[in-house]
Amino acid sequence: MHPAPSIIVFTALSGAGYGLLFLLGLGSAGGVLPESPAFGGVAVGLALVMVSAGLVSSTFHLGHPERAWRALSQWRSSWLSREGVAALLTYIPAVALGLLWVLGARGGWTILAGLGTAAGAVVTVFCTSMIYGSLKPVAEWHQPWVPPVYLGFALMTGALWLMLVLALFGQPIGGLGLLATIAILLAWGLKFGSWRHPVAEGRPTPETATGLGAFGTVRMLEPPHTQSNYLLNEMAFRVGRKHAERLRKIAVMVGLGASLILALGAVASGGAGATVAAAGAVVAGMTGVLIERWLFFAEARHTVALYYGEPAAA
Amino acid sequence: MTSLPASTPPKQLGLVIDLDTCVGCQACVVACKEWNTGGYPAPLSDQDPYGADARGAWLNRVHGFEAGEGADGMTVHFPKSCLHCADAACVTVCPTGASYKRDEDGIVLVEEDKCIGCGLCAWACPYGARELDGVSKVMKKCTLCIDRIYNENLPEDERQPACVNTCPAHARHFGDLADPESQVSKLVAERGGFDLMPEMGYRPTNKYLPPRPRSGGTGCGGTVPALEDADPAGGFLGWVDRMLSR
Amino acid sequence: MSSRPLDTSPAISDEARYTTCYMCACRCGIKVHLRNGELRFIEGNRDHPTNKGVLCAKGAAGIMHHHSPARLTKPLLRVGERGSGAFREIEWDEALSIATEWLDRIRNDDPRKLAFFTGRDQSQAMTGWWATQFGTPNYAAHGGFCSVNMAAGGIYTIGGSFWEFGEPDWEHARYFLMFGVAEDHDSNPIKGGLATLKANGAKFVSVNPVRTGYSAIADEWLGVTPGTDGLFVMALIHELLRAGKVDLDYLVRYTNASWLVVDNPGAADNGLFVRDGDGTPLCWDREAGATAKASSVDARPALTGRYDLGDGRHAVPAFQLLAERYLDPQYAPDAVAERTGIPAETIRRIAAEVADAAFSEAVELDVPWTDWAGRKHDKMVGRPVTMLAMRGISAHANGFHTCRALHILQTLLGSIDVPGGFRYRPPFPRPAPPGPKPAGKPDQVVPGKPMGGPPLGFTTGPEDLLVEADGTPRRIDKAFSWEAPVSAHGLMHLVITNAWKGDPYPIDTLFMYMANMAWNSAMNTSETIRMLTDKDPETGEYKIPRIIYSDAFWSETVPYADLVFPDTTYLERWDCISLLDRPISGAEGPADAIRQPIVKPSRDVRPFQDVLLDLGARLGLPGLVKDDGSPRYPGGYPDYLVNHERKPGVGSLAGWRGNGDEHGRGAPNPGQLDAYVANKCFWQDELPADQLYYKHANRGYLDYAKRMGFIDDAAPIVIQLYSEPLQKFRLAAEGHGVVQPPEQHRERVRTYFDPLPIWYPPFEDDANDEARYPLHAVTQRPMHMYHSWGSQNAWLRQILGSNRLYVPATLAAENGLADDDWVYLTSRNGRIRCQIRVMQGVNGRTVWTWNAIGKRAGAWNLDDDAPEATKGFLLNHLIDELLPERGSGYRYANADPVTGQAAWYDLRVSIEKAPVQEEGAEPQFPSLARAGHPVPEEMAYVGGGKVRS
Ligand SMILES: Nc1nc2c(c(=O)[nH]1)N[C@H]1C(S)=C(S)[C@@H](COP(=O)(O)OP(=O)(O)OC[C@H]3O[C@@H](n4cnc5c(=O)[nH]c(N)nc54)[C@H](O)[C@@H]3O)O[C@H]1N2
Ligand SMILES: Nc1nc2c(c(=O)[nH]1)N[C@H]1C(S)=C(S)[C@@H](COP(=O)(O)OP(=O)(O)OC[C@H]3O[C@@H](n4cnc5c(=O)[nH]c(N)nc54)[C@H](O)[C@@H]3O)O[C@H]1N2
Ligand code: SF4
Ligand code: SF4
Ligand code: SF4
Ligand code: SF4
Ligand code: SF4
Ligand SMILES: [Mo]
Repeated sequence: MHPAPSIIVFTALSGAGYGLLFLLGLGSAGGVLPESPAFGGVAVGLALVMVSAGLVSSTFHLGHPERAWRALSQWRSSWLSREGVAALLTYIPAVALGLLWVLGARGGWTILAGLGTAAGAVVTVFCTSMIYGSLKPVAEWHQPWVPPVYLGFALMTGALWLMLVLALFGQPIGGLGLLATIAILLAWGLKFGSWRHPVAEGRPTPETATGLGAFGTVRMLEPPHTQSNYLLNEMAFRVGRKHAERLRKIAVMVGLGASLILALGAVASGGAGATVAAAGAVVAGMTGVLIERWLFFAEARHTVALYYGEPAAA
Repeated sequence: MTSLPASTPPKQLGLVIDLDTCVGCQACVVACKEWNTGGYPAPLSDQDPYGADARGAWLNRVHGFEAGEGADGMTVHFPKSCLHCADAACVTVCPTGASYKRDEDGIVLVEEDKCIGCGLCAWACPYGARELDGVSKVMKKCTLCIDRIYNENLPEDERQPACVNTCPAHARHFGDLADPESQVSKLVAERGGFDLMPEMGYRPTNKYLPPRPRSGGTGCGGTVPALEDADPAGGFLGWVDRMLSR
Repeated sequence: MSSRPLDTSPAISDEARYTTCYMCACRCGIKVHLRNGELRFIEGNRDHPTNKGVLCAKGAAGIMHHHSPARLTKPLLRVGERGSGAFREIEWDEALSIATEWLDRIRNDDPRKLAFFTGRDQSQAMTGWWATQFGTPNYAAHGGFCSVNMAAGGIYTIGGSFWEFGEPDWEHARYFLMFGVAEDHDSNPIKGGLATLKANGAKFVSVNPVRTGYSAIADEWLGVTPGTDGLFVMALIHELLRAGKVDLDYLVRYTNASWLVVDNPGAADNGLFVRDGDGTPLCWDREAGATAKASSVDARPALTGRYDLGDGRHAVPAFQLLAERYLDPQYAPDAVAERTGIPAETIRRIAAEVADAAFSEAVELDVPWTDWAGRKHDKMVGRPVTMLAMRGISAHANGFHTCRALHILQTLLGSIDVPGGFRYRPPFPRPAPPGPKPAGKPDQVVPGKPMGGPPLGFTTGPEDLLVEADGTPRRIDKAFSWEAPVSAHGLMHLVITNAWKGDPYPIDTLFMYMANMAWNSAMNTSETIRMLTDKDPETGEYKIPRIIYSDAFWSETVPYADLVFPDTTYLERWDCISLLDRPISGAEGPADAIRQPIVKPSRDVRPFQDVLLDLGARLGLPGLVKDDGSPRYPGGYPDYLVNHERKPGVGSLAGWRGNGDEHGRGAPNPGQLDAYVANKCFWQDELPADQLYYKHANRGYLDYAKRMGFIDDAAPIVIQLYSEPLQKFRLAAEGHGVVQPPEQHRERVRTYFDPLPIWYPPFEDDANDEARYPLHAVTQRPMHMYHSWGSQNAWLRQILGSNRLYVPATLAAENGLADDDWVYLTSRNGRIRCQIRVMQGVNGRTVWTWNAIGKRAGAWNLDDDAPEATKGFLLNHLIDELLPERGSGYRYANADPVTGQAAWYDLRVSIEKAPVQEEGAEPQFPSLARAGHPVPEEMAYVGGGKVRS
C-alpha cells in the first residue's frame, strides 16, 4: 500500500494524542496527576492539538474535504465513520476534562470526564485500527494483532508525551516512567507478534485471483495499461525486502532501544536532565512509530497487485 | 445506508465473461470509457493525456496472463470490472453512504454527490474495481450501465451494458444470475463458471467461464484415426486411377 | 436502501447519424450520437453486414481521434530544411497553384517524373484513375508492402484471395486452420467468426510463432518457426495425397488438375498447357483415349498418366505433376519437422484431423443449384475445413508460393466456396488472373496525354512486363520488371530508395497520400530519413526534388514534405468504399458503403479527394475537365461519386443507380447519396440461397456477376493448381520468346517461377550467418492500435504507450535475461535498444514486438518525453530494404521475387543484454518540433454537456 504521509502522520499523531488523553483521563480520575491547572491545560491541550492535527491531516487525503461531515453518517457499518464519530464524541469529555482541570474542579464531574475521555480514546484508536484491520484484501492488516498494536503504540507514545509534560512542569516522573517502560516493551512486543503473524497462509495468489491455477503457474504478460493508474499508485506500492528489513531494524533501534534508554534516563535523572531525556524519548518514540507506520503501509500488500504482476506471497 | 440489502435481492444482475473466447481486443474497455464519460456520472477524466504519464479513470480493464509453461501453457486475456459482490465490503466500509448496493437488482453504485473521495472502498475491494477520478475526485466504478439496461430511450435489444453490446468476440454476457433459468445462469452451470478469489468471501455476482482445455492431442470429435496409405500396392496415383474408373 | 436519485432513462443524444468507421480498414458501420453538435457516443450499426453492431476499441476511440491535437490545420509550405518542421501556413489557393505549377511542367515533359504513391487510403479506384489521367505509370498503393503476395497468390490460383476478397464459412466450418494472423483487415468479422466456431464446437488451430490474441483462444497452437509454413502446408498435402484424402470429383470439375501440360523438355512449349486451335486447354479423355476440351462436360478426364499427343509431343495432366512433387519424401512430415519446429507426429495428426473433418463430417445443405454447364445438383456439399492466412505468410520472401500451397491444400480438400470452406466475397471470384494488364509501356506513356490503361494490373507473361528493350524497369519502383514480374500492387517500399538513387531514373515530384513513409512503413527508417533530406552536392538540390504530401495529422512524414495538404478526419468528409476498390462485401453478397460528413471541420482543411479533383481540373487532365475546360466535377468528391462512370453504367457506387431501383449497373442517379444515407450509408445485395456457394461454377451467380459488371464473361472460373503464367516467365528465363530477362536475372526467374509451389528459405536466412543472427524477429498488430496513428489517441495510448520485446523464456534463461531488462537487438543492418518481457508462448527462436508503437519525439504532437518516444521502438530500423549484394554486385529488394512483397518478417537478429544504466529506446532522432496546438494537461470529456436528471 502507498505510504501516504498524510495518513502516516494522522495515525501516529492522533494515536499519541489519544494515548495521552487516555492517561490524562485515567490519571486525573485516579488522582495521580498534578492538579495544577496549568499542567492540566497544557497536557489536555497538547493532546487535543495532536488529535485535531491528526484529524485535519487525514482530510488532506480526501477528494472532497468539504463533504467530510458526511463521513459521520455510517457508524452502523463503517469503521471509518465510527472512528469519526468516536473522535468527535471524545472531544466532549476531553474538552470538559481540560476545562474542569483548568478551572480547578475536582471530584465527580472530573472523574466522569476523565473516565469518559479515557474510554473515548480507547474506542477511537480501536476504530482507527479497525479501519485497517477490517480490510480483507490486505492480509498484513486483516489480522488480530493490528488493534492491540495500534492501542499499544498509542499508549506508549501517550506515556512518553506525558512524561515530557511532567518533566517540563518539573514533576516527578516516577510511576509513569515505569508505565512508559512497560508500554514501550508492550507496544513493541505486540508489534513483534504482528510481524511474526503468518500472513502468507490462505492468502490469495495470482492463481486464485484469476482462477487459472488449474492450468499452471500464472504470470502477468500484458498489464492493462502501460503507464500508472490510481490503483497502482494507491495499492501496488512495493518496498524492497532488504530496505524494509533495514527500516524495521532502525524502527526497533530508535523506537524501542533509544526511547527505552531515554525513558529510563528520564526516570533516573531529574530536573533539566529529565526534560531533555524525556524529550529525547518522545522524539525517539515518535520516530519509531512513524517508521513503523510507514512500514505498516509499505509492507502491506493488497490483492489487487496480484493482477498487476505481483507473484504470490514470498 | 451503507449496509448491504437485508435480504438477497430478487435479481442479481451481472456479467459472465468467457475467458475461452476473449481475444483481448480492448473493445469493451474503450466502449465503457466512452459511454460512461458522457453518461450520467461525472466524466472519466484523463491526466497528462498527451504526455509522459497519461493516465485516467477506467471502469473496465483487460489484463493479459500466461498460465503454465512453454507450448503446453496458455495465454489468457482477462477483462475485469466491478463484480457486484453480494458481500461487498466496498459498501460497508464507506463512511458516507455514497457506496451502496441496490435492493432490487444487486447493482453496486456510488452516489457521487455524497462521495468524499476517501478511497477506503477501493482499498476494501480485492479486485481493483474502483478508481478515484483525478478531476471530479469521486470514486468511479462500473455501474453495470444502469443508464442503459433500463433505458426506455433504447430499443429493447440494446438495453445491455456498452461493453456487452460491443464485444466483437461475444465473450461478455449480461443477465440475472439469481434466475437459474437465465441464459447467463445456464452458461455458468454448463461451463463451470467460477468466482475470482472465493477465499475472500465477497461472493461476486460476475462469473468467469474458464478456457476450455486445449486439445493438443485430439481432433474436434476426439481422436481421429491416423492416415493410412491409400493404396499400399499401386501407390497414390494407382488409387486415383481406380477411383476415377469407378 | 436503494431508492436513490438516479435517472435510469436519460436521453442518449440529440441526434444519431450513420456513417462508416475509418479507425482502420475494416470499415464497419457506425452510429454516431451527437449532443449539442458534439460527439457523444459512437456505436456499431446493428444492421451493417460487416460488424453487425459491434465495434472494436479503435472504433470506440474515434472521439479522441477526432479531437486529436495532432490534427493539421492549414496547408503548409516548407520554409526551413526538410525535416526541420519549419513551415509557412498558406491558403488553399496558393497551395493548389504551387502544385499545379510543379505538376504541369512534368506532365508536359515526362509524366513519369511524378511518382504518386498512396498508403492506407480507401480511394484507390479514384487515385489510380487520376494517375492514369495524369499519364504516369508510377502509381501504387500500399498493397506492395502489405500483402500483395497473399492477394496475388490467391488471385492467380483461385481467382480470389484471403485478405479482403474471401472469408471462412464460420457458420458451417468444423475445422479452422489460421496461419499468421494477429488481426487482419477483417478485424471485427474474424472475432465474431471465432465466437461462432467456438459456439459450434469446431476446432480452431492457429499456426503462429506467437501465442496471443486469436492464437490464445485457439484449441491448438502450433508455434511454427517463421518463414517455414510452406513446408508445413506441403507436408499436409503430402499426407493427404498419400492417404487418398482428396476430393477427386472437385478437382476434375473445378480445377485445372486434368489439363494437359506439355512434357517437352528444352522446348518453348514445355510446361505450357496443351490447347486446341481456339486456345482452349485440353485434357485426356480416358473413355475416348484422346484429347478433349478440358471444359467438355462429357469427357472423362484423366488425372494421371503420360499421353502421346500424336504430334511428337507428350503431355501429362497437371495433377500428375502436382502429386509427384508433393509425394516426394522431402515433403514428408519427418523431413520438415525440425525446420518448421512442428513435430512430425503433430503434422500427421493435423493432416488426419483435417481429412476427418473434410470427409467424415461433410456438410450437406438442401439447396439445389445449377452449375455453369447447366447440370443440376440437388444439394450443396461442403468440406467443412476452412483456412485463413495473412501477413505471417505474406511478409516473407517465400510468401507467394506458400500462399499458393495453402490454396492448393484447400482445393485438394474440395473446400473452395463450398459450405464450411473458404468463401469468395463478390465481386470475386474473377478469372485467375483477371485482366487488365498494367499500363506503362513506351507507347502508353505520352507527355500531356492520359495513359493507355490503369497503372496496376495482372501480368500473365513476359510480354506484359513494363521493361525497356534491355530489360531495365520502366517504373520507378521496378514493379512489373524482372525483379518482381507479378507485383500486382507495385512496390511502395522502394519508391524512396529508387527515387533517391535515380534508379532506374530520377524523378521530380514524389506525391504521397496517407502513408507514414518516413517512419513505420519504411524499411530501414534511419536511412530513409537520410535519403529524404540528402542533397546533390553539385546542385545543392534535394535528390528527391519535390515532395507533396497529404496527411491529416502531424505524423513523422509531414516534416519531410515541401507542400502539405491537410486532410479532414473520417467524420468530416464524404468517402466511398467501392466495389472497384477494396469492397466490404461479404460472402452473402456484394456491398459497398459511403462516409458522410458528421461534423464540420473546425480547421482550414479539405478532403484530399476534393483536392485531387481540383488539382486535376487545374491541370486540365482529360477525365477531370469538360470539353470547355471547366471542372467536370465542380461539386467535388460527392459529385464524382455520383456522376463518374468507369464503364457505361458502372460507377463508384453500385447501389441505387438509374432511377434509384437499379443496382450494379445503371445510369448515374443524382439522388444516390441520399439513398445511401437513408440506408445507413451502405448498400448490400443479398444473393439467393442457390448462389451462395460454388460461385466459381454457379450458373446463377456467374450470370449475376456478369450482369453486375464484376466479370466480363460468365464462363466458369477454373482454379489454377498449376500456374501457366509462372511457367511462361520461367520459359523466358530459359531462353524462349522475345522478351527475356537480362542475364543477371535469369537464374533467379528460373528458380522462383515454378508453376507449382515451392519452398525456399527466406533470403535473409542466406544473407545472414545463422550463428551470428540466430533469432527471428517479427511484429504483430495490437488489436486496439492502427499502425502509427493510434498513438495520438488519448485513450488508446494509455493502454499501450510503449512496446516491449517479447523473449521466449528458454532463450531468456540461456542469456540471463529477465523481465524489464534492456537489451541490444542487432541485425546485419543495425542495432536498437529496447526493453524486454519474458514469455512462454512464443517459438523458441523468435522474438517479437507490437508494430508501430515506437514514435519519433515530437511527432503526433506528443510530449518529447512520451513513452512512445522514450521507450517505444520499431523493428524497422533493423530491416534493410535491399538484400546484400549477390555475385553480380546487384542488390535485389528485400522482397518476394515473384510479387515484390516486402519481406518484413524475414528479419534475423541477435540479442544481448545492455550494460546496466544503458536504458531507453535507441536509436533516437531529433524532436520533430510538435504540431504547435495547445495540449491539455487534463481532460474530462463529456461530449456536448451532460443530460442530468
Ligand atoms: N516492422 C513492420 N513494419 C511494417 C509492418 C509490419 O508488420 N512490421 N506492416 C506494414 C504494412 S502491412 C503496412 S499496410 C504499413 C502501414 O504503414 P502506413 O501506410 O504508413 O500506415 P500509417 O502508419 O497508419 O500511416 C498512415 C498515415 O496516414 C495518415 N492519416 C490517417 N488518417 C488520415 C486521413 O484521414 N487522411 C489523410 N490524408 N491521412 C491520414 C496518418 O496520420 C499517417 O501518417 O506498415 C508496414 N510496416
Ligand atoms: N488493429 C489493427 N488492425 C489492423 C492493422 C493495424 O495496424 N491495427 N493493420 C491492417 C493492415 S495494413 C494489415 S496488412 C493487416 C494485417 O493483419 P495481420 O496479418 O494479422 O498482421 P500482423 O499483425 O502482421 O500479424 C502477422 C501474424 O503472423 C505471425 N507470424 C509472423 N511470421 C510468421 C510465420 O512465418 N508463420 C506464421 N504462421 N505466422 C507468422 C505473427 O506472429 C503475427 O501474429 O491488419 C490490418 N488490421
Ligand atoms: S471486447 Fe470482448 S473480446 Fe475484446 S477484450 Fe473485451 S471481453 Fe475480450
Ligand atoms: S468488485 Fe469490488 S467494488 Fe465491486 S462490489 Fe465487489 S468489492 Fe465492491
Ligand atoms: S471514496 Fe467515496 S464511495 Fe468510497 S468509501 Fe469513500 S466516500 Fe465512500
Ligand atoms: S457494464 Fe457498463 S460500466 Fe460496467 S464495465 Fe461494462 S460498460 Fe463499463
Ligand atoms: S474494426 Fe474497429 S476501427 Fe476498424 S472499422 Fe471496424 S470498428 Fe472501426
Ligand atoms: Mo498492411
